Amino acid sequence: MNAPTLPRISLLGTTALLFEAPGTFDLTHQRRIWAMAATASKWPGIREAIPGITNLMLTFETPPRSVDALVLALREGWDEAQEIAIEGRDIELPVTYGGEIGASLQSVADHTGLSIDDVVSIHAAPLYTVFALGSHPGYCYLGGMDPRIAMPRRQTPLQRAAGGSVSIGGSQTGVSASPGPSGWHAIGHTTWTFFDPSWSVPAALAPGDTIRFKIERVIR
Amino acid sequence: MIEILSVRGPASIQDLGRLDQYRFGVGTSGAMDDLALRAGNILVGNDENAAGIEIPMMPFKVRFCRDMAFALTGADVEATLGGHAIPPWWKLHACAGDVLDLRAMTRGARTYITVAGGIDVPVVLGSRSTQLRGEFGGLHGRSLLPGDILPCAAPSIPGYIGELGTEPADIALARPNTPAGDITVRVVIAGEYDAYDGAAQDLFWSSSWKVTPQSNRYGYRLQGPPVKSIAPIEKRSHGIVPGVIQVPPNGQPIIQMRDAQTSGGYPKMATVIGADLWRVGQSGLGGKLRFEQTSYADALAAHDEVSHYLNRLRTSVRLFEEMRRCR
Repeated sequence: MNAPTLPRISLLGTTALLFEAPGTFDLTHQRRIWAMAATASKWPGIREAIPGITNLMLTFETPPRSVDALVLALREGWDEAQEIAIEGRDIELPVTYGGEIGASLQSVADHTGLSIDDVVSIHAAPLYTVFALGSHPGYCYLGGMDPRIAMPRRQTPLQRAAGGSVSIGGSQTGVSASPGPSGWHAIGHTTWTFFDPSWSVPAALAPGDTIRFKIERVIR
Repeated sequence: MIEILSVRGPASIQDLGRLDQYRFGVGTSGAMDDLALRAGNILVGNDENAAGIEIPMMPFKVRFCRDMAFALTGADVEATLGGHAIPPWWKLHACAGDVLDLRAMTRGARTYITVAGGIDVPVVLGSRSTQLRGEFGGLHGRSLLPGDILPCAAPSIPGYIGELGTEPADIALARPNTPAGDITVRVVIAGEYDAYDGAAQDLFWSSSWKVTPQSNRYGYRLQGPPVKSIAPIEKRSHGIVPGVIQVPPNGQPIIQMRDAQTSGGYPKMATVIGADLWRVGQSGLGGKLRFEQTSYADALAAHDEVSHYLNRLRTSVRLFEEMRRCR
């Protein structure tokens, strides 16, 4: 993945504005995104400031007459943003690698030229940080994956991937919280409840939490 | 209360959506044709955000369990109430026991039933809309089934308040110069537009995009000549909103709709403006869509045009009520 050197700011129609930070996909940059999200969410006219992976989406209460002021505020905000470290929870997630749900384990091995065991141990080795929530209710994007097991997203997304899928998309990894469409490659699955709308905070995990995958079983 | 007698396809309870839960990965849901839902709610004297029933396939049949005012908006339908033909985009009055039978859609892709008082399912995370992926909101977080009983809130204006119709949105807000049968939607270009060369960009604008059968509330998957980026693009996942047009490596655009994921990483060519997204929601499978580039300023003007249409409707409804009271 190439690392841009300047922030990119682009419109998402009349609904939102997207800020993409320059630099690498790492915790240092993500901590500045978290800081900027906390600030920007208080700006007038902003409904929500939603961190992505080293990027930030601002949704509008109503479309502003001009986005110039926001663009300027985002540029300045990034320059001023100090890293914030979030003291999150540490979660251990048992994962069954391979099998019917994790059927792409072989494809990732083929693509990377690694053995299945290597892909599994490389995937389960790091302490991952929840960088952002997104995609579907309770889903977490994780930072910290070893680039050796990166694999481009699907040419054509699947209409339905299973809930609990542990998957790889580009240089990212994550665990789906419920069944639905996906452009990623599922290499395993877990059983855990990530989201419940009746909880006071509906998502189990939040940015800054850490996850370690525990290899429960590998199905070849 | 309303009882669902028969339903085909994924009909669901929707209001204008759950707009402020992105940070938990919760998408907006909400009516695919927000304009039709708003108009229907205005006709029956509701808050515009009251929940109604979105119906993507016919036949659909319900029984009213008490007297109540209701309206049909959105797609044109052949419909009967108690066996008598009724027009769409009208507020009508049903008596307890009356059966409303929607038989066939003649134009458009989604019909809305709004009732005075609104469908009174619980508000979950700020909205009554059905979140299909998360299985919450709406009625038990799912599509409607025969035998379902939908609770209705008491109307703010009690009693019989007369019948009233309005000009359908697709006529009042018709777009000029659209080839017969095609639907044109205005779009603002998005982040990766410049990652496509001139030829690919031309294809995007000039093609008539077929709405494939894999199109639904999640997204509209389109078919046409492949639009390929100059080099492969793998983006870091970022927030997306309904209307975003992603182009996966196969070159076939996908318009994100109301049940779309809240984030993604495929390159984005453009975004359908908020004022035109309902037109996508009203294009049926096999239909043709065209994209027309517009500026942010013109997109806001289009918003204003929609607001004026709704304001005119509000004024008509108010004048109609005042006239009736004077009699």
